[in-house]
Amino acid sequence: MIMESKNRMIDVRDVYFTYPHNNENESVVALDGVSLHIEKGEFVGIIGHNGSGKSTLSKLLNAIIFPTQGDVIVSGLNTKDHENLWTIRQTAGMVFQNPDNQLVATIVEEDVAFGPENLGVPPQEIRERVDRALAVVEMQAYAHQKPHQLSGGQKQRIAIAGILAMEPECIIFDEPTAMLDPSGRREVMETIKRLNRDKDMTVIHITHFMEEIVAADRIIVLDKGKVVMEGEPRTIFRQVKRLKEIGLDVPQMTELAYELRIEGLKIADDVLSIEEMVNALCQ
Amino acid sequence: MLKDVTIGQYYPTGSVIHKLDPRTKILFTTAFVVMLFFLNNLWGYLATFVILVTITLLSKIPVGYIIRGIKGLVLIIMLTVVLNLFMTPGTTVATVGPLTVTLEGLKVATYMALRLIFLVIGTSIMTLTTSPIDLTDGMEWCMRFVPFVRRYAHELAMMMSIALRFIPTLMEETERIMKAQKARGANFETGNIISRAKNLIPILIPLFISAFRRADELATAMEARCYRGGENRTRMKQLTFEFRDGTSLVLMVMMIVGLYLTTMIQIPLIFPV
Repeated sequence: MIMESKNRMIDVRDVYFTYPHNNENESVVALDGVSLHIEKGEFVGIIGHNGSGKSTLSKLLNAIIFPTQGDVIVSGLNTKDHENLWTIRQTAGMVFQNPDNQLVATIVEEDVAFGPENLGVPPQEIRERVDRALAVVEMQAYAHQKPHQLSGGQKQRIAIAGILAMEPECIIFDEPTAMLDPSGRREVMETIKRLNRDKDMTVIHITHFMEEIVAADRIIVLDKGKVVMEGEPRTIFRQVKRLKEIGLDVPQMTELAYELRIEGLKIADDVLSIEEMVNALCQ
Repeated sequence: MLKDVTIGQYYPTGSVIHKLDPRTKILFTTAFVVMLFFLNNLWGYLATFVILVTITLLSKIPVGYIIRGIKGLVLIIMLTVVLNLFMTPGTTVATVGPLTVTLEGLKVATYMALRLIFLVIGTSIMTLTTSPIDLTDGMEWCMRFVPFVRRYAHELAMMMSIALRFIPTLMEETERIMKAQKARGANFETGNIISRAKNLIPILIPLFISAFRRADELATAMEARCYRGGENRTRMKQLTFEFRDGTSLVLMVMMIVGLYLTTMIQIPLIFPV
């Protein structure tokens, strides 16, 4: 047990979350008894249809909202304790969907400095952290630019640098690629994967694009506020029919394999990438 | 077309004036504006003129660019001049129909016009030579010494810098909404003022809704990045007061004192005192 809790980044214990009321004065249950855990250094993908509760979950992990019932433990700290609030927000950084609405300052490096400035880090150290963070996302050349002159992918990388400068242990990405074009999406995904691989950063990636989490360590599927599936990408995606029932896609190649199987072709049901598809077909 | 609007314009030339500490510039500009209203003879305005010309030359900003700033105020200046010219009682110099021009009116009108022009030039030199970030930082520092405002110094500065950050974003958005409404047959170019104003409603409503949504998301993002107001907050860039700031401060104090001394000159220049 001790070993286990030491490596545990996030622990969500039987969490319920209810939004007070909508227009008809009815309360909306966004999370309906969710339990899950994330280990240090893991890359976890969270998928789910609109309204499945994935954004609510992400906000709970960062202590922006608090569970109606149950506990969220981040790095051993319960989000319910108000003294832990700032430590938790610093430990579990969060990158949002719209790159425009999360950049605060008029100059790129000033924006990256925003987080550490809030934490009261000494000026000299902020300078070092900002330079380091910009180097990690490969945006040093843009340090003195204005955010509105950058592309969507670049803005999103600046947002990531802004979180990195706070030196978190874990970053929650809430659909960071949803508003980007394909090249911007690739830029951002490469940055996220690099963070996980080289910097050993715990990554929780919420997305609509299944290709982005093919290489994840684990995938959690949410539906109507409940965890309905959990496991390795291969085990999750081979259940094409079930995923379609809850309104989700599978990676293109998995779908192709699925269709081919229906047509009677003998092909594995856990094909995830084009490479694997080529190999499967050429056998 | 909207991109031409430049609020808080900044004209970088890398001159000495640009490099000065923003605090010095803000303090001097404030003192300068106050002084303008104490001046009571043309010697003072002559001195002001010399000071402004010197600063403009040092700042390397094209004179035409500065003069353009007065254009927008021509109407106000004219109105002030006309009102003062005819409404001031005193010794009559000329009569135009029912209106009389007095010597005092002529004097007051000239002073007011000069005051306004110098006021605009003086303040625009400050914004032209100071980057928005420096300006906000400088103002935050200066506000610390103003009673009542002091408590909100950080918040006001943060609001200013967020406003500056979102001006280009909202401009782009406005243009996008305009194009979308034009594509649906909206007409923004013809009609009288009232119908044109009405035509703006389909732009303003989506713009406001989106601005509120942005504000909400930005607030969440700021909280997620541990923003909790100005307390215990540090800054990456510290304002540093260097040798040239010391020198310029001394010079600036001398200029202000000099301007004040002109009010004591008894020898008339054009107008009798």
